[in-house]
Amino acid sequence: MNTSTLPAIIPRDARPRRAARRVLPGFKLTLGFTVFYLCLIVLIPLSALVFRTFTLTWPQFWEAVTGPRVLASYRLTFGASFIAASVNVVFGLLVAWVLVRYRFPGKKIVDALVDLPFALPTAVAGISLTALLAGNGWIGALLEPHGIQLAFNPNGIVIALIFIGLPFVVRTVQPVLEDAEKELEEAATCLGATRWQTFSRVIFPSIAPALLTGFAMAFARAVGEYGSVIFIAGNMPMISEITPLIIISKLEQYDYAGATAVATVMLVISFALLLVINGLQSWQRKRSAGNSQ
Amino acid sequence: MSTQNNIRSAQRGTTEAPWVRYTLTGIALVFMFLFLVLPLAAVFTEALRKGWDAYAEALREPDAWSAIRLTFLTALVAVPLNLVFGVAAAWCIAKYEFKGKSFLTTLIDLPFSVSPVVAGLIYVLVFGAQGWFGPWLAEHDIKIVFAVPGIILATIFVTFPFIARELIPLMQAQGNDEEQAAQVLGATGWQTFWYVTLPNIQWGLIYGVILCNARAMGEFGAVSVVSGHIRGQTNTMPLHVEILYNEYQSVAAFAVASLLALLALVTLAIKSMAEWRMERELKALAELPPERPTPALGATAGSAH
Repeated sequence: MNTSTLPAIIPRDARPRRAARRVLPGFKLTLGFTVFYLCLIVLIPLSALVFRTFTLTWPQFWEAVTGPRVLASYRLTFGASFIAASVNVVFGLLVAWVLVRYRFPGKKIVDALVDLPFALPTAVAGISLTALLAGNGWIGALLEPHGIQLAFNPNGIVIALIFIGLPFVVRTVQPVLEDAEKELEEAATCLGATRWQTFSRVIFPSIAPALLTGFAMAFARAVGEYGSVIFIAGNMPMISEITPLIIISKLEQYDYAGATAVATVMLVISFALLLVINGLQSWQRKRSAGNSQ
Repeated sequence: MSTQNNIRSAQRGTTEAPWVRYTLTGIALVFMFLFLVLPLAAVFTEALRKGWDAYAEALREPDAWSAIRLTFLTALVAVPLNLVFGVAAAWCIAKYEFKGKSFLTTLIDLPFSVSPVVAGLIYVLVFGAQGWFGPWLAEHDIKIVFAVPGIILATIFVTFPFIARELIPLMQAQGNDEEQAAQVLGATGWQTFWYVTLPNIQWGLIYGVILCNARAMGEFGAVSVVSGHIRGQTNTMPLHVEILYNEYQSVAAFAVASLLALLALVTLAIKSMAEWRMERELKALAELPPERPTPALGATAGSAH
């Protein structure tokens, strides 16, 4: 706390100085409300999922989460999310680089547009991507004669997930690129490095943690994504059925136990991803703190 | 200085040859066009495929109207609740040091990483017919799941972290100096918050509220699980879009979707404006004379722990 700027006003008396440590009121009130609301909305409902899972016997649980359709959905969900997040890393870096380093007309609009996937409801994204990529859509009509089908199969899922994940990579890399010190690049050039060497040896290592964080965030979002995917996926069992859809279809068949078991697996995975992202972010903070010294 | 020339040649070395710049910019713009502009354009062209009359007809339909009303009602309840929570959470996390603070921050982020479908399911497990409170609710004839309260709860869950997440870093960067000065000058807690903190965080607040609102109005997965899909009663706009689309009423589906796309565009515009204002204010703070405690000092002191 930055109390060192105050002593000139505070009288030399022990009491106010002790109080200065927590001079602002409202700590108990705000912390109490925060914890109460957090428990009510997030923790208690989530614990219902965990408790419900514990009422299942181990064989029941195992059967629910390793059925052939469920296993196929894991492969699809994680595979498609991985590909989409990787594509996002490449193009997200490119977009962030262009937005930070170059000037071109309409840059502000392009910058604002990056956040469109955050703002556009997923269902809208889903139906409009489907309309574009289906056989009679603008893009689909161009590709269909060449035998390339992008809608109603796993290709469509990857495309929807690229759309959803793009802002995560751009928005984590952009501030790091903005803060990057040009002096380091100048030094590299003075020492005789080519531009590519400067990029791969100086710039890239400094943005690598941010890229990895962006990848993890895009991947985590893609794994849980539902709205934009189901319209374009075709939803064929074993081929294009994602894990969240498995949960929904189990619920629709009143198979609450099965839905709960699969949801628990998803929850554990998303929790693990959250911890990975937190770890990456603190690594990134440490790296940038080390750079500025 | 004699090193002036060296510096100039070094600066030339920190950017790329023009053809590389144009190529990279070109690829980035083509990618953005294909993945962001085209889908947005497709929404509006599909909606207007059969002309303005069909478009207006689709929006005048009573079921569409009730979906629009329910969507606004949901956002009207969920956003203010999360706003109060966001301000309270940011106040206690940014202004004080206590044990378990980073754990609390992680828990606040949790709803972001939970799949929307799982978010819906947990409320079914708590309030559904077979859930914890199911029998009690049935006895008292209260419907939560497959009714409006469930939709609102699920929406609150998925939009839970938005405002808190915007405010925590902002309030940490601003430090406690101004609030402490207000206290020393005899302001009450509310006065301090109302006249000192709130003006400082207003743009961050608007930023968080607008993003929270966009997600609240557009949420699909979580709401789809708890809604029950009763036309005219428990359908929000995104769910209505799905029903129309699955019934091959393409123009009507895209007409409702176009309203949501407009909402997204308005959101982006307000968000950019708020960002621009926040940047300007931070810059103005940084340019103040050095004898005044700078916000950067407060930031390093706050994050050092």
